[in-house]
Amino acid sequence: MKVINFMGQRKLAMLFSFVLLAVSIGSLATKQLNWGLDFTGGTLVEVHYSETADLTAIRNTLETGGFAGAVVVSFGTDRDVLIRLPKGYSDKQGAELLGKLQDAYPGSVELRRIEFVGPQVGDELREQGGLAMLLALGLVMLYIAFRFQFKFAVGAVVALIHDVVVVLGFFSLIGMEFDLTVLAALLAVIGYSLNDTIVVSDRIRENFRKLRKADPEEIINISLTETLGRTLVTSLTTMLVLLALAIYGGEMIHGFAIALLVGVAIGTYSSIYVAANMLLTMGVSKEDLMIPVKEGVEQDDMMP
Amino acid sequence: MLNKYPLWKYLLVLSVLVLGLVYAAPNLYKPDPALQITGESSAQLIDEDIMARALKALEDEGIEHFGEVIDPQGRNGLVRLRDAEAQLVAQARVSRMLGDGFIVALNLAPTTPKWLSDLGAQPVKLGLDLRGGVHFKLEVDVDAAIERRMEYYLNATKRALREERIRGYVNLDKRGRLETKFKSESLREQARAIVAENHPELVLDRQDEEGSWNLYANMTEATRKEIADYAVSQNLTTLRNRVNELGVSEPLVQRQGQNRIVVELAGIQDTAEAKRILGKVANLEFRMVAKLEAPQSEKQRYEYRSADRAGMSEWLERSVILTGERVSNAQASFDQNGRPNVQISLDSEGGTAMSRATRNNIKRRMGVLFIERKYRTRYEMQEDGTEIAIKTPYDEKKLLTAPVIQSALGAQFQITGLDSPMEASELALMLRAGALAAPISFVEERTVGPSLGAENIRLGVKSVQIGLALVVIFMVLYYRVFGVAAVLALSANLVLLIAFMSIIGATLTLPGIAGIVLTVGMAVDANVLIFSRIREELRNGLSPQMAIHAGYERAVATILDANITTLIVAVILYAVGTGPVKGFAVTLSVGIVTSMFTAILGTRAITNLIYGGRRVEKLSIGGGV
Repeated sequence: MKVINFMGQRKLAMLFSFVLLAVSIGSLATKQLNWGLDFTGGTLVEVHYSETADLTAIRNTLETGGFAGAVVVSFGTDRDVLIRLPKGYSDKQGAELLGKLQDAYPGSVELRRIEFVGPQVGDELREQGGLAMLLALGLVMLYIAFRFQFKFAVGAVVALIHDVVVVLGFFSLIGMEFDLTVLAALLAVIGYSLNDTIVVSDRIRENFRKLRKADPEEIINISLTETLGRTLVTSLTTMLVLLALAIYGGEMIHGFAIALLVGVAIGTYSSIYVAANMLLTMGVSKEDLMIPVKEGVEQDDMMP
Repeated sequence: MLNKYPLWKYLLVLSVLVLGLVYAAPNLYKPDPALQITGESSAQLIDEDIMARALKALEDEGIEHFGEVIDPQGRNGLVRLRDAEAQLVAQARVSRMLGDGFIVALNLAPTTPKWLSDLGAQPVKLGLDLRGGVHFKLEVDVDAAIERRMEYYLNATKRALREERIRGYVNLDKRGRLETKFKSESLREQARAIVAENHPELVLDRQDEEGSWNLYANMTEATRKEIADYAVSQNLTTLRNRVNELGVSEPLVQRQGQNRIVVELAGIQDTAEAKRILGKVANLEFRMVAKLEAPQSEKQRYEYRSADRAGMSEWLERSVILTGERVSNAQASFDQNGRPNVQISLDSEGGTAMSRATRNNIKRRMGVLFIERKYRTRYEMQEDGTEIAIKTPYDEKKLLTAPVIQSALGAQFQITGLDSPMEASELALMLRAGALAAPISFVEERTVGPSLGAENIRLGVKSVQIGLALVVIFMVLYYRVFGVAAVLALSANLVLLIAFMSIIGATLTLPGIAGIVLTVGMAVDANVLIFSRIREELRNGLSPQMAIHAGYERAVATILDANITTLIVAVILYAVGTGPVKGFAVTLSVGIVTSMFTAILGTRAITNLIYGGRRVEKLSIGGGV
């Protein structure tokens, strides 16, 4: 099998990652995230009209009905309408709004869902989400440091942070709504990307122990080449199901599927060009991975 | 011999699979539309007679029904209907036939065959986003409860100092502490001794200012927590009672975190009604029992609430001494003679009003009224011939007790003359419920319409099917016979996942379905790891049997590492997350566990059955090897 010189391009990849991160962080700093109702608080009403909904008429109805500042957009089909009331409206107003719409429309207006979230709940969620992510990163790092070696833990966590920031940046850049399901997806990205990184790290560790040559760059290239087939197949199958979810899963989990699609793509890239790259940059060596010599009988097994 | 499982391993895989099929099976049975009948109060039991009236209502309307049952305790009755369309009409009819005092709720009755439910197999519970319903999150204002308690300390201290003729400034400061100021150090020390004796749970702190000796008293963190906990659990009980009135099948009322209560009601569409009942206040009134000679215009007659004294009543004065809002605490206990009583604490205004009212009325009796908001249903014929139910609210006032006043009462007194400790604790609960331990507010409300719920299920199932089909096609094309093994393992994985969720009673939500989809994608990974390893070993020149063996052996360590790290993430998600995040975490973690089982043991069993224990020239694993 021909060894692909992955690490030959590492400078270029590093530059690419830096650009990705810079754009993401830049966008997050300037445009921020389009926080969904779960995080901002407010009221959201989704209704289904019996015929094509006239958004302008709905806006007018709401404007004159005392719901200034309501955002009215179609949701999925042209009969489904999503109305968002900004902060400051209370939980009672969802039902009132529905009544106004029904009065103004001759056909039927069916309630699909109403969601009201108090602002303080939203703030808590944001904190909780952030906390969950930090906790996940910390524990994962501990586990890898314990099972592998500290440099691998750093590589994996840097790759994870890279992926999370890029997915967040993507959401910020295209202005897609960031709600609780997207948060769940982001945490799943951590899981997936980790899965990928561990598989690659595992092979690198194995090859460091097995192969006589000690040139880390070459060992990493061999390991990446060997795992490339598996990496691509897994990413492909996962993306196939995610595509099914994005296309057929309905509006409510659209954001979830998109976040994961982006996450899987970037996670696959990062397990090669961020995690492995970090290992080289930190100067991983054969010594890092020697199996600690235990005393007693087992020692004999390891003699050549 | 290489690649041959001992018999027990095949049996293990097979029995797990059979168990999985059994416990996943109930999900194949479509539930029947049904009506559930319960009494409005817990005392109202459902018997054959009531059931017969309900069935008559259905027969009059020509609605097909079957399989009616009353649960052994008589708490509720269930009637199954043939037709889901008729459910609403049936509900209206039965509800009208039985009248007020009964709750008729729409329900979906499982159709799991008896032998399955005898094994404990139940269908997976569906989340509200999949079947429609309301989710409320309520916040208990624990600060208000704490404040109320501090006010009680304030009044008690004021009174105690007055009795001892210790002059000084007593009030609550901005931080909610009890602040007292005295002109001399000796006065302060006297005050300190009194407070410390009366309220050992308070933490005292001396501070001197110019010309003023100050003493601050505050609750310990433990006491605060206790009060907060008490307020939340008290409200939880009250809310549970109220939710029962809504007649929802399987309502969920549970505490979340420090001071939140989550209420989930499946199938409820009228959120306004639900909110009114949840936010409903019960209240109390204290009034003197009227003198015999009092004129009619000054007294009213009230019946006792307890069943023991049914039909008995008392004449009470019209004027109200005080209401339940003034009660800050009520606790059942025993007096020195071992007789049950209820200790009541009032706030400052309540204390003043009570002492004014009782000072000159010793040996008279005082009645405690319990007021509950209820609804009367009236049916009105519309012009178009349809009938609508009109609910009019009214306050039902019933007498809890009417004890004799033994001496002038203050902010703290006890009600004696109770028949049993049971009655005492019930009365204490009523008194506390009358003045909700702490105010509650709605902080979150989510309603999902039934059609959206159904659509979510349909789309979720559809995307799982499509995703699965794509993976199946790819795996079989790419890995041939091994691909087929992987696909079989994947299907088994889905069955086990559903079975596992049914067994642990987890709730399936829309994000949960997304979790399943992701599991499908990721479960393949374990197989891919194994298969690509086998291919590699073949390329390295190993014989097919050796390659299979080495492939599995080496890949397992990797799979374990990768899955355990993902599991860590899933468990954290479950622990920290709420709502959709939690739903997703459940399916993901269950999926990881089942996929490890099916991918490692399951496919190995299949591979061993096909290739194990004989000479094999070539493996059908694709990739040109």
